[in-house]
Amino acid sequence: MDLSTFLQQLVNGASLGSMYALIAIGYTMVYGVLRLINFAHGDIMMVGAFLTYFAVSFKFPFEAAVALAIFGSIVVGILTDKIAYKPLRNAPKISLLITAIGISFFLENLFNVLFGGVPRAFSAPEYLSKVMHFNGIYMPVTVVIIPIMTVIILASLLWILYRTKYGMAIRALAFDIPTVKLMGINADSIISIVFALGSALAAIGGIFYAVSYPSIDPLMGIIVGLKAFAAAVLGGIGSVTGAVLGGFILGFTEIFVVALFPELGGYKDAFAFFFLILVLLFRPTGIMGEDLERSRF
Amino acid sequence: MKGTVFKTIAILSTLLFIYLCDRFLDSYTLSIMNNIGIFAILALSYNLINGVTGQFSLEPNGFVAIGAYVTALFLIPADIKSDMFALVDPAETVLAMHAPFLPAIVAGGIASMFIALLLSFPVFRVRGDYLAIVTLGFGFIIRIFAINNPAYTNGAMGLNDIPDNADFLWIGSIALITFVVMLHIVYSRYGRAMKAVRDDEDAAIAMGIDTFKIKTTAFATSAFFEGLGGGLLASFLTTISPDQFTFMLTFQLLIIIVLGGLGSMSGTLLSTVLVMGSMEWLRFLDDDMVIFAMHTGAHPGMRMVVFSILLIVMMLFARRGLFGDREIMDIIGEKLGKRSGR
Repeated sequence: MDLSTFLQQLVNGASLGSMYALIAIGYTMVYGVLRLINFAHGDIMMVGAFLTYFAVSFKFPFEAAVALAIFGSIVVGILTDKIAYKPLRNAPKISLLITAIGISFFLENLFNVLFGGVPRAFSAPEYLSKVMHFNGIYMPVTVVIIPIMTVIILASLLWILYRTKYGMAIRALAFDIPTVKLMGINADSIISIVFALGSALAAIGGIFYAVSYPSIDPLMGIIVGLKAFAAAVLGGIGSVTGAVLGGFILGFTEIFVVALFPELGGYKDAFAFFFLILVLLFRPTGIMGEDLERSRF
Repeated sequence: MKGTVFKTIAILSTLLFIYLCDRFLDSYTLSIMNNIGIFAILALSYNLINGVTGQFSLEPNGFVAIGAYVTALFLIPADIKSDMFALVDPAETVLAMHAPFLPAIVAGGIASMFIALLLSFPVFRVRGDYLAIVTLGFGFIIRIFAINNPAYTNGAMGLNDIPDNADFLWIGSIALITFVVMLHIVYSRYGRAMKAVRDDEDAAIAMGIDTFKIKTTAFATSAFFEGLGGGLLASFLTTISPDQFTFMLTFQLLIIIVLGGLGSMSGTLLSTVLVMGSMEWLRFLDDDMVIFAMHTGAHPGMRMVVFSILLIVMMLFARRGLFGDREIMDIIGEKLGKRSGR
């Protein structure tokens, strides 16, 4: 692999990793606060992509469509929590997980019934579909824009988490919900903020995904969601920076393994799964995670 | 003593019922009964890990696929295999595989159980809900493997011409065996340990229960029967392909065990009949409907929307399902006991 191909793959990996990172953050934040694998999170990403598609097809300008889609996804995310998860806060864990998988299946099939299961071509505005060319490297504008946007978004998220009162409340909630309630903080509205942040990031990830692989379908969220969850576990579930790290590691691995060993291309979607198994086997806390409750043998 | 007599009579009369059904029912009714029988096997074993042991798992589609493929490869004669494999020639081992029906489906079960043991090691080492996500991922990975190893699975085209040995005598009897075995497990020392793990893992550990072993046993037992059910399914359908074993299958089983009551084997049996029946009955939802003189057009997937709403509503308002975590015998026994003033 010569230098220019290497650089090209590096940028591709950063772009793919950005999407995984954005989606992984939602998993890790909800898990950190509620100890729940939010199976519906991958589908929120699909909702984001579809809302953008429809807003654009109703002649909205692309930027307005994106804003609308992010807002819509936030509403869906918060409603999911209010309707399905909140009544079950004190129920056995398995009920919560079954409800989560029910929501996920509901969203997939609802969009399937409403809009059909056939993949739709996603048309990005012209300035995003251009291809840049320098020093013999050709790359779409998106693979450069996506990582830059992601860094900006992540910086603002970290600012919210570590420099604002709401962020402090979220971090406190991850430690101990009853105590936080005793401090006079409305835990439910903070949980809503967590879902809103996660859903917004998932929608952005979904739009990035739709722009880079210009095709969307109602089931697109499943496999990407699964990979993003694996990335979150790899980075250490509960840790936002860990999720970002895990997302980028997964993105680079997928791109570089396929570039170096093209015969493994068919297994690309399986890498995340093997990462997940390896992490659980050798370092269940992930790269940045705090100690998990370990099961004794 | 009275219990043993009762059990023997119950088992014998069920066997007679299975025989009479197989003998006298028409083929359409029998195909529905076969479907119910296979789903009963799958749902009962799925309830062992989810309901009795309380470990949320999403594995059935993966293990059913393994069982179905292994059984199919054992059943199809070698010359038909070499004709069928269109993309690449079948591997030597695939051609050499041949076995009668019963060993073939048992091999399918053992293969699934082996994979379950491999998966349980990383998953049960940590506490938490990793089983759910790992098994969900596994269901997708198994499809990727089936498509990328055409020498073993004939790729995306799947396997056809599987001998249809699975009649209602086989399916019904194996469903009966599964039910009896599951009840025996539930009422055994292992079953009580599984329930202890479900209700309070810390307390179970404190009581000296080896929770890792118990969870692994439950998972492997489920996997064995799911593989067995997969083998029956392959032989019943006579054709299988990777796209058959999607998450949809798991979701149907999840609905069944939630409706029947997580942890109740008799509830699962009853709700299998209810859910499979209503799946058939609600088929009209997927078709073109006329509402206020407007055609809605065909909606494949509408049933699944209805069923996912049903699942969510049940979780929110009727979490215990039909029988909760108890068996119908116990509920009836308790009622009778109260009446006689005990």
